[in-house]
Amino acid sequence: MSRTFVGWPAFPQAAAVATRDAQLRANVARATGTIRAKRAKLVAERPDWEELRDSAAALKDDVLTHLDTYLLQVEEKVTAAGGTVHWARDAAEANRIVTDLVRATGEREIVKVKSMLTEEIGLDNALAAAGIDARETDLAAAIVQLGDDLPSHVVVPALHRNRAEIRDIFVREMGRHGRPAPEGLSDDPPQLAEAARLHMREKFLKAKVAVSGANFLVAETGTAVVVESEGNGRMCLTLADTLITLVGLEKVVPTWRDLEVFLQLLARNATGERMAPYTTTWTGTTPGDGPQTFHLVLVDNGRTRALADEVGRQALRCIRCGACMNICPVYERTGGQSYGSVYPGPIGAILNPLLKGLDDPQTASLPYASSLCGACNDVCPVRIRFTDVLLELRHQVAEGDAKVKHPGEKAALRAVGAVMEHPAAWNAAIRAAGKAGPLIPKKKLPKPLSGWTDSRIVPGIPKESFRAWWERTDGGTE
Amino acid sequence: MSSARDDILARVRAANATQRAEPGAVPRTYLRHAPGIDPADRAAVLALFAERLVEYGATVHRVRSADVAAVLAAALPEGSAVVPGGFPAPWLAEWTGAVIADTPPLPAGRLDTVDAVVTTCAAAIADSGTLVLDGGPGQGRRAATLLPDLHLCVVQADQVVSSIPEAIGALNPRRPLTWISGPSATADIEMIRVQGVHGPRRLTVVLVEG
Repeated sequence: MSRTFVGWPAFPQAAAVATRDAQLRANVARATGTIRAKRAKLVAERPDWEELRDSAAALKDDVLTHLDTYLLQVEEKVTAAGGTVHWARDAAEANRIVTDLVRATGEREIVKVKSMLTEEIGLDNALAAAGIDARETDLAAAIVQLGDDLPSHVVVPALHRNRAEIRDIFVREMGRHGRPAPEGLSDDPPQLAEAARLHMREKFLKAKVAVSGANFLVAETGTAVVVESEGNGRMCLTLADTLITLVGLEKVVPTWRDLEVFLQLLARNATGERMAPYTTTWTGTTPGDGPQTFHLVLVDNGRTRALADEVGRQALRCIRCGACMNICPVYERTGGQSYGSVYPGPIGAILNPLLKGLDDPQTASLPYASSLCGACNDVCPVRIRFTDVLLELRHQVAEGDAKVKHPGEKAALRAVGAVMEHPAAWNAAIRAAGKAGPLIPKKKLPKPLSGWTDSRIVPGIPKESFRAWWERTDGGTE
Repeated sequence: MSSARDDILARVRAANATQRAEPGAVPRTYLRHAPGIDPADRAAVLALFAERLVEYGATVHRVRSADVAAVLAAALPEGSAVVPGGFPAPWLAEWTGAVIADTPPLPAGRLDTVDAVVTTCAAAIADSGTLVLDGGPGQGRRAATLLPDLHLCVVQADQVVSSIPEAIGALNPRRPLTWISGPSATADIEMIRVQGVHGPRRLTVVLVEG
């Protein structure tokens, strides 16, 4: 059973630990700095970048507005092309469907292409509980799995690890799960990639069942799309007899032609490439080529909850490029694991509360994991207005039905409201504050007010209020 | 008990029933052709295609059709190569290695021991340096172009379009498509690009002009 984010502390507590880890901060800053530079160069190559973003945002909004129609279209087309479509309301149901499908094949070891959705629903652990070993084949996902670690980025899940740490994980763990790391393995990246190639090749050649996600799912044709770099995706999508693909409801695009928009945006924005090395598209099954059994699992797991949020539903446009985390000053300092989810960074700060609700302290802390600088708005390929959603979610935490809120803050605001409505009470309060000012600690207020000073300094309170000064000096004329 | 399908569709409809704004029409004002070149200028399109491939770390040979056999003989290793049905036999006339046919389909373990695979393609895209294979004549099934360590692809100049929007309408989504933009690569270790992980570590493109 590998580690999960279950029971993860709220963002401020997790970030307090992460920001003290100098190695982590150095690893994350180096990686995000490198991707930002590559992305900026490639985006500048497109004079029509803003027009591509306009189209992508509008296409995704169209999908969300007519999602029921498009999902039925997907089901019809995939079924007609020889696939089987399953629907899962939540993580448990999706895991049960996949476990049953794998069990029916009798296989005990399967291969996986990196999929955020399967990480979100905890599929690897669910399969492990049924005695099925699901091996991650993407290099970064394998580093995380072999190291019993947790992902910290949607595109580069092991971004928080440097080459020396990766070498140690390979040397220690590869032999326990198959072909050991070569003798005398160094921390040179090409050597590490070669070790992964040899370790995985053995698994690809014998795997009968593969599990994947999909970047896009075309309603018009029932075509699934996987974009990847290493070729592990092609191995899984091609060599297995049975392919099980899990897709979140929001991954649909209306027509085949619409891929021209998303394929031009995704790699450029994610990794600073014109196209990722490999894009595989398939529709159902093809006699004589690739898996002859294809299952598509459509997963809700909170997406319809997000869809019902008028402001927040735009988070479902996300195509998981990771640009928002690469540009985020908060992410760069805390790393991804502080967000307590496979979706970290700005998208995690909005998507997790929208999928799961705000009733627990961890998700309710996420909308505050932002300086509201808005850099994420500017790099988002589908024009998600992160800052609008962050503010809306903060509003829901403070004023809405969420069970987690700051009771002290609410009580204090009510009390201030009452005082401000009565001039006499207000003047008395201001005079009292002026007298008490020097006695109030600047950095650490006592409970229950300490929540305020955890992240703020109390401003100096002047001895004389503006109103008192105005009266004394006759409007500043004396 | 209602099915998951019915429940999910009902939830989608309920969520959308409360939304006020109907999104507008999808704008399509992005470029249809590769930026920076005239798409009618064939020389410019082919030059861009070759430049992008080289940037990815692919090897590019620009040849006349009479020279294809000689170039393939020099570019292929001495060992063995998978040759899919429909690949023009004259192109291999000068190569002395072992031709491996994939009929009946070879087991994955056998494909893994072959040195190279030669194919044609269904389309090529200059702007992104992309080859698209659709399993048609000369292209083979997907496993055959994946396991050998060298992929040599012969592209006819008239197959090269300038941009993804130009290419996509001509592709058949019912076929399994593999879009290849350079050799297998990763940047998962400290964002340093390493060429060659699981897919073919070497990609050679022979561009046939005239």
